[in-house]
Parts: sequence; structure tokens; C-alpha cells
Amino acid sequence: MAVAVGAERTSVSGRIFRTPQGRRWQRFLTVVANHCVMIGICLALLLPFIFIISMALMPDKEALGNGLIPHHLDWGNFHRVLKLFPFWHYLLNSVLYSGLSIVGVLISSLPVAYALSRLKWRGREGVMLLVLATLMLPTAVTSVSLYSVYLNLGWIGSLKPLIVPNFFGDAFSIFLLRQFLRTIPEETTDAARIDGASEFGIMMRIVVPLTRPALVAVGLFTLVSTWNDFFTPLVYSGSNNKVWTLTVALSQFTTLQRGALYNLQMAGTLLFMAPIIVVFLLAQRTFVEGVTLTGAKG
Amino acid sequence: MSAITTRLPAAAASTASAQQRKARANRRRRLTVLAFMSPWIIGFCAFVAYPMLASLYFSFTSYNLSSSPKWVGLSNYRLAFGHDPIFWTAVRNTVWLVCIAVPIKILIALGIGLFLVRVKRGSSFYRTIAYLPAMVPVVAAGLAFTYLLNADGPLNRILGFFHIPKPLWFTDPSWAKPGLSLMMFWAVGNTMVILLSSLLEVPKDLYEASSIDGAGPLRQFRRITIPMISPVLYFALLTGIIDGFQYFSQAYVISKTISPDGILGAPNNSTMFYGTWLYQQGYSYFNMGYAAALSWVLFIAILAVTLVLVRTQRRWVYYSGS
Repeated sequence: MAVAVGAERTSVSGRIFRTPQGRRWQRFLTVVANHCVMIGICLALLLPFIFIISMALMPDKEALGNGLIPHHLDWGNFHRVLKLFPFWHYLLNSVLYSGLSIVGVLISSLPVAYALSRLKWRGREGVMLLVLATLMLPTAVTSVSLYSVYLNLGWIGSLKPLIVPNFFGDAFSIFLLRQFLRTIPEETTDAARIDGASEFGIMMRIVVPLTRPALVAVGLFTLVSTWNDFFTPLVYSGSNNKVWTLTVALSQFTTLQRGALYNLQMAGTLLFMAPIIVVFLLAQRTFVEGVTLTGAKG
Repeated sequence: MSAITTRLPAAAASTASAQQRKARANRRRRLTVLAFMSPWIIGFCAFVAYPMLASLYFSFTSYNLSSSPKWVGLSNYRLAFGHDPIFWTAVRNTVWLVCIAVPIKILIALGIGLFLVRVKRGSSFYRTIAYLPAMVPVVAAGLAFTYLLNADGPLNRILGFFHIPKPLWFTDPSWAKPGLSLMMFWAVGNTMVILLSSLLEVPKDLYEASSIDGAGPLRQFRRITIPMISPVLYFALLTGIIDGFQYFSQAYVISKTISPDGILGAPNNSTMFYGTWLYQQGYSYFNMGYAAALSWVLFIAILAVTLVLVRTQRRWVYYSGS
């Protein structure tokens, strides 16, 4: 009897994944396993944020010790960081750099992308390849001589070297906009062209409203790349620390504030990354779609 | 007959005026194209073509910004390859990064993408979390990691909990580069997102057909998934290598923060990358001629690797279109 029960049990477990119910059970287990793995990965990626935030909120006494999680929350750390160095001044520089660059990139890259996708002319594809080739150009190969050009113009130690080049087309933005413009069917602009509208009029009145998602994506990408940019402001600020952006100021944080504890360092880091994280969470769809548009279909 | 003769000049005149009109329209079209392209044309000449040629010229000179460049022939290049030990240290460190850290980063991105593609509900939530670290500015990430990876920092506390030996990370020359790599892996989001989007585009019926033919998941992965996403893998590798060659900001922030005097490449030149050495020569020592030569060597190296990858892509990249 006992043997018979045992035999029955093994046959049931052997058959369990073949019945429809069993298959559903198996599928359920796979889904659970996948979610477990994803939750594990996400936790590992979020852990640094958790440690940074905990440290930023630690009072000095605890920051000197070995604790990872604060017993008392000290929100005053943020206030102290703002007083340690001219945060608002550097913030203004960062905002000027990002804001003016977005304007520049948008007004200069759109017409170029339009000419490279909506106008027909000989050599268009060759020029497009040249635009893409400049993306692979290492910044160092131009920055050495640009430094001497800016020096002669008296621009070193000002924000001009950061902003002015953005008013002359940005290769990545041209590429992204061109990829998007190519998806607009020719027929939408044909009627206006037959009516004798100028290309500029067509671009402004018909194409721009249709291109809004791509323009927003270009704006966001420019915001992120300029806000995070370190090399350009570091090099072209020369010895004038009044034109440092937040990135440069933050990189010199420990050099300027010897002995500053980790809690203040992390509070400064958080204040600096917070705006860009908020922008990302609000507009992540646009980001992900923009990355996909240039990466997957390139 | 007379009708024809009278009509001929008129016809000729009309084609002539049509030709004129066409020529005028053509010229106007060309001018339109030129006007639309002008921002890029000016930008290309002023910020790409001229600076490149100028730095090529500087690379054959001795130039320190205060006096005019002096022609020295090939001696900058000879200095780099023959008499500058730090040049080779920087090259070795950069090659380490490109050959070890970059491929691992792509594998991690692929791994996350493979799990993410199988999750239906909540996938956009996971994607957001996995992308988030890629948004953190490199300077902020650098400062954060000097804390996260310090001797008694959070990571070492976790390692200690599992009785794993605790490396000194950024203060130990042999662990500084792995530490920087961890930082690179944390910001895996960009690569992950493009791989994920191409994984989602693999036609489902390919898997169904092959599983009827009796192919297991591993075989499907090798024979279907990898070939179908190979163009994007190729793109990820190419951009990863180009960025790896120019690695600078993270290394700068880490060594400025770690070393007491803010010496680049600290500890012991283990984080002296090509970009860091070029920066030091150009913008700390103002050896502009030498920096220009270094930048041209970098440019040619990137060009060579890109050409090799483009030339060999037919062998291992599968394009469904052709």
C-alpha cells in the first residue's frame, strides 16, 4: 500500500508539467524567477543611491564612525554645503551653459537636419557621413588648437567657449532630428510646396509641429550632456574659478575643503545630481525613445 | 510649312525660357540648401577642420602658448614612442579598460536586457531603475564612489559580511582600475536600453519555428538572438571603444579626490589613462606641441580600430536587410 502511494506520487510529479494546469504552474514559476532576478539587479543598482542618501543625512559624529545608516537625520548638511562654497554662483553658470546651449543646438541643428532629409541635392549622403564621422572625432584633437584660438580671442576664462560652438550645429542632434524627419511622409509637405510656400515656411509651419517630440528629445539630451560636461568647462575656464560650472566646482570640492567629511561630500553630490534625476524621471519616455532612435536604427 | 517655320522660333524661345526658368529654380534650390546647411558648414570649418589641421601643425612644433610655435619635425612623436615612460603606462591602462572593462559592460547590459525582455508586467519600472545610474553626472558618480569604495566604505562592509577579502580599491594601484570599472558597470543603462530595444524587435515566430524543430534555449540564443541583435552589439562595441580611448573625467575626479596633493594618475600612475596624460601635458604643463602630437596619435588609433571593425563587420554582423 505504502509502495503504491509512493509510486503514484512519482508518476504525478513526473506528469505535473504536462497537464495544462502544470504548464500554467511552470509558466508562473518562470515569471516569478524572472521577477526575482530583476528585483535583485535593481536592488544592486539602487544600493549606491541608498548609501549616498544615508551618508548625506548623517551628523558629523556618526559620519566619523563606521555606521552606514544614520541614527539621527541631519538635514542641516545640505544647508552647510551651500555655505561652504558659492553654490548658487556655480549653479547660475551651469544653468547659463545648459540653457543657452539648448537654444543654440535647436536653432542651428534643425535646418541642417531638414536639408539632410527633406531637400534633395547631390552629395547629401556624403555630407551626412561626414557629419557622423565628426561624432567619432576625439575632442582632444580639436581642443588643443581651439584653446589657443580662444586664448587669442580672449575667451579663456569666460563661458563663451562652452556656448558659442553650440550655435553651429551639433552632430548628434542633427543625426537624431534627421532620423525623425525621414519618417514624416513626403505628401505632408508636397501640397504646400505646390502652393509655392518657401522651404523655410514649410519647415517652420508644417515640419516643426510634427517634430516636437524629437525637438524635446534633442533639448533633453543637450541639457544632460552640458549639465554633466566636465572636460570643456574644466579646460576653458583657465584659472578663472568664477566661470566654473557645478561639475568643475564639485570636482575640486575635496581639494578646496580638506578634511570635509563624507556626509558633506555626499550632500553636495546629491544636490548636484538631483535636478537631472528629476528631469529624467519626468521625461524618461523621451530619453529612452531618443536613445533607441539613434542607437538601434543607426 | 509656313505654319511650322513660324512655330519653330516660338517653340525654341519657350524652351529657352523654360531652361532659363529651370536654371533659375536650380540656383535657388542650391542657395536654399546652402542657407539651411550654413550653420553646420561654418561650424565644421571653424570648430573641426581648422582646429584639426592647426593641431596637426602644432604636433610638429614646440609650442607653449606664450611664444610662437617652433618647428621641431618629428621629435614630439619620437618623444612619445621612445622616451616617455608614462606614455606607455597610459597606453597600457587605456588598453586594459578597452579590452576588459568595456566588453564586460556590454555583457552585463546584454544580461540585464535578456531578463528584462522576458518580464511582461512591470518591465518599464525595471527599465527606469536600471537606466537611472546612467543619468548620474560622472563627477557626482566619481565623488560618490570614493565614498562607496573607501577602505571602510559600504561595499567593503558588505564584502566583509560575506567574509570576502576587502580590497583597498582606489588607494591600491592594482585595484584602482577595477574600482573605476565598477563605476562604469553601474552606468550600464545606455547600452542596456539600445540592446533591449533590439531584443524586443527579434521576430517571435523565429523562436516558435525553431522550437518546433527541437532547438533548445541555448541553441536559440546562439543561432537566433545573437545574429539578430548583432548590429546593435556592434554599435555598442564601437561606441564603447571610442569612449574608452578617451576615458578622462572619472579618472580625473577619483585621483584628485583620493591623493593628498591632487596628483593625476594616483595611486602610482595606475589611473593614468591616455586622456589624463594628454590633459596633463596640454593644460597643466602647456606643452601644446606634445599634446597635439598625442591627440593625433589618439585620433589615428581610433580611426584604425574603427576601420578594422567596419571592414570585418560583414563576418560577424548579420543584417537581415541584405
